[in-house]
Amino acid sequence: MTTTSDAPKAGFRPSQLIYDTRYRSLTIQVIAFIALMLGLSWLVSNTIANLSALGKDFDFGFLGQRAGYDINQRLIEYDSASSHGRAALVGILNTLLIAVLGCALATVVGVLAGVLRLSKNWLVAKLMAVYVEGFRNIPVLLWILLVFALMTEATPQPRDFREGGDASMILGDTIAITNRGVFIPAPFWGAGAGILLAVFLVSLVAIFFWRRYAHRTQEQTGRILPIGWGTLGLLIVPTAVAFLALGMTSGRVTQPVLATGATEGMTLTDYAASQQTINACAVPFSTESLNLRRLMRSQEIRFNYVAVEDAAGALAALEAGNCNVLSLPASVDLATVPAGAVALSDTIRRGMPVEFERPVLGGFNFEGGLQLRNSLIALWLALSLYTGAFIAENVRGGILSVSKGQTEAAYALGIKPSRTMRLVILPQALRVIIPPMISQYLNLTKNSSLAIAVGYMDVRSTLGGITINQTGKELEGMLLLGLFYLVTSLVISSAMNLYNASVKLKER
Amino acid sequence: MKKSVLFGALTVTGLVAGAAQAATLDDVKERGELNCGVVTGLAGFGAPDANGVWEGFDVAVCRAVAAAVLGDPTAVNFVPTTGQTRFTALASGEIDMLARNTTWTFSRDTDLKFDFAGVNYYDGQGFIVPTALGVSSAKDLDGATVCIQTGTTTELNLADFFRNNNISYEPVPVETNAEAQQQYLAGACDAYTTDASGLAATRATFENPGEHVILPEIISKEPLGPLVRHGDNEWGDIVRWTLNALIAAEEFGVTSANVNELAAAPGTNPEVNRLLGTEGELGAMIGLENEWAKNAIAAGGNYGEIFEKNIGENTPIGLARGLNAQWTNGGLIYAPPFR
Repeated sequence: MTTTSDAPKAGFRPSQLIYDTRYRSLTIQVIAFIALMLGLSWLVSNTIANLSALGKDFDFGFLGQRAGYDINQRLIEYDSASSHGRAALVGILNTLLIAVLGCALATVVGVLAGVLRLSKNWLVAKLMAVYVEGFRNIPVLLWILLVFALMTEATPQPRDFREGGDASMILGDTIAITNRGVFIPAPFWGAGAGILLAVFLVSLVAIFFWRRYAHRTQEQTGRILPIGWGTLGLLIVPTAVAFLALGMTSGRVTQPVLATGATEGMTLTDYAASQQTINACAVPFSTESLNLRRLMRSQEIRFNYVAVEDAAGALAALEAGNCNVLSLPASVDLATVPAGAVALSDTIRRGMPVEFERPVLGGFNFEGGLQLRNSLIALWLALSLYTGAFIAENVRGGILSVSKGQTEAAYALGIKPSRTMRLVILPQALRVIIPPMISQYLNLTKNSSLAIAVGYMDVRSTLGGITINQTGKELEGMLLLGLFYLVTSLVISSAMNLYNASVKLKER
Repeated sequence: MKKSVLFGALTVTGLVAGAAQAATLDDVKERGELNCGVVTGLAGFGAPDANGVWEGFDVAVCRAVAAAVLGDPTAVNFVPTTGQTRFTALASGEIDMLARNTTWTFSRDTDLKFDFAGVNYYDGQGFIVPTALGVSSAKDLDGATVCIQTGTTTELNLADFFRNNNISYEPVPVETNAEAQQQYLAGACDAYTTDASGLAATRATFENPGEHVILPEIISKEPLGPLVRHGDNEWGDIVRWTLNALIAAEEFGVTSANVNELAAAPGTNPEVNRLLGTEGELGAMIGLENEWAKNAIAAGGNYGEIFEKNIGENTPIGLARGLNAQWTNGGLIYAPPFR
């Protein structure tokens, strides 16, 4: 009698799919997968059937059609004759702008609040606790609306800045805070701006090498070099010297103002009186355009501004009759200037490498300068403060996760408290802080789609709002919008994951 | 990841699936209530009163349709919509009809797949500015900041107007009329632009209406009217002919005061008899009871009564009939014959 035998060689039986644990999970997965696919295909076919029942087609051709609406904040050229695709791009850039600004400010606010919440100073710690709990527990939309309402209701109208009004500009008449936004000086680039930029970039490289040298010196000899002062000096001194040097050479150089149909030596005022309209050709954001405008303004001449690419483009526009006034560097031979254009007696300065244009009160509003619209500021502040509260908790948690023994050991070695924080605690805390930080950045980016509440023209408002409304392409528009947020979020999280990989614990 | 795709698709198809129904009339009858899309609040045209009861010029159209279909002008579920949400609400079947100062345009009628039932107000886009600005023409608005409701035809007209006149402006997009009003009064925009009727309605709610002036330029044609989804022509006919019944009633002198008397027995005017169901079978032809028009007129009066009660010259809105007078008085309001 045999009591044992080899395991039965019997082949695979279908019942094993249910009763054999080796195969059962596979069976369940396959069934679940088939069910999922069936469900998806039902959804897709249902959508297609209903779209055709509604008589709607599915195509993205609307992106090439004329948009027809205007957008107030545009980082690239756009007007109502541009396409819906371009409008979407303007919106995308506005979304990215608010995301970058928001993430930066939220990080600063969050790190400060997180560290200060651990402060031994009772008042500071409690204040930070109130900030964190207040912002974390109230919906972000309320904060956005609150900041916007404050900005709109509590700040003066541009009208109040006129004589007799009760508002005035701050910081030496350079910044105006109004209920339409904050107007700040705008930079204009003049001759030598390229050299200035190059010098600045070179000094950045120099800073990198200086810091590396300082670290190596410390590791090899123990001598501590003044890293902070060196960095600051390298950052400022070469650029400032280059600015002054360039300013000496080109800042005071004057250049003629040319006008068609004028007589030699005529003043600008006389010329303006003799013409119906003044159309001035200038390269946008060049100091020449700025100084030409200043000249016109000082003589109270109304003029239209015709944007051109460069000096050659300006001459071509002059020849075509698109403009009748322009200014050229003295180096340009006047003989090449089209017939009819002669130099007026007024001249303008060539300008420093960088000059700033102050906002000045115009007809209805401030003109010139950069306008940071209330919608941008409200959205930026509210999103940053809200997300900053979450980041503060991440930072606090990260710092608390580093054992107290580390601090004590560092003190025992005689390391100063500030260095202990920077060299011992934070590098270890970062490992804990970074992963949750990624989700906070993603949250902020996605929350920026609340922009329409304050009329900020982000991609949700342009592509997902007006464009959908005007073209009736809800499905296409929403799919594109979803795709954009998906891609943006994936890019942010992969970039942050790279950084995380560089700070996390290296196991060998 | 898979899950989120699934739910996203579910939402989309949920929206679309709702639209696939055809017989809106049956749905409304079964529900016993008309879902009518209206504005979020525009004095005179559609806003809840102190007791939360919706009233206004556009609201009266909803009530007339409810009265015609269900015999009860109060059997209406008012769904407030913004300029951006109204079309999706209608296309998805969330509402049966939209009566919300919506401009009849080619693309909305064809590309967006809606049917306009007619025009209940001939309007045009205007500008309102504070008198203190000293502006007397819209062409003086060079460089002005203009508040504008997004997702409207006014947005496109505004862009075209400034482009044609080669002047610049800064648009401030807002979602609702109330928001625009708040921004405008705070001085965050120099001018507010929307349909001239809407401007008059908005100005009527200001603390000092005298300090604001509506500029003379009317920069667009804005025929406003109720609309329904493409594809359900029976339902479209009901809304269209209810509106026409209100208009015809004014022409023939049928008012809320005498409609019951006139409908009691056939009178001398055969068209009034057909309209009120004392002669012929007009009701049966559009699948309603024979006194459908009588009910619609009894709900809020004829077109002229609705106009005078909500936005006429004796109301704070104070709009003159103008283009919206009956064709017999030199206006554009005209109903095709009831026969």
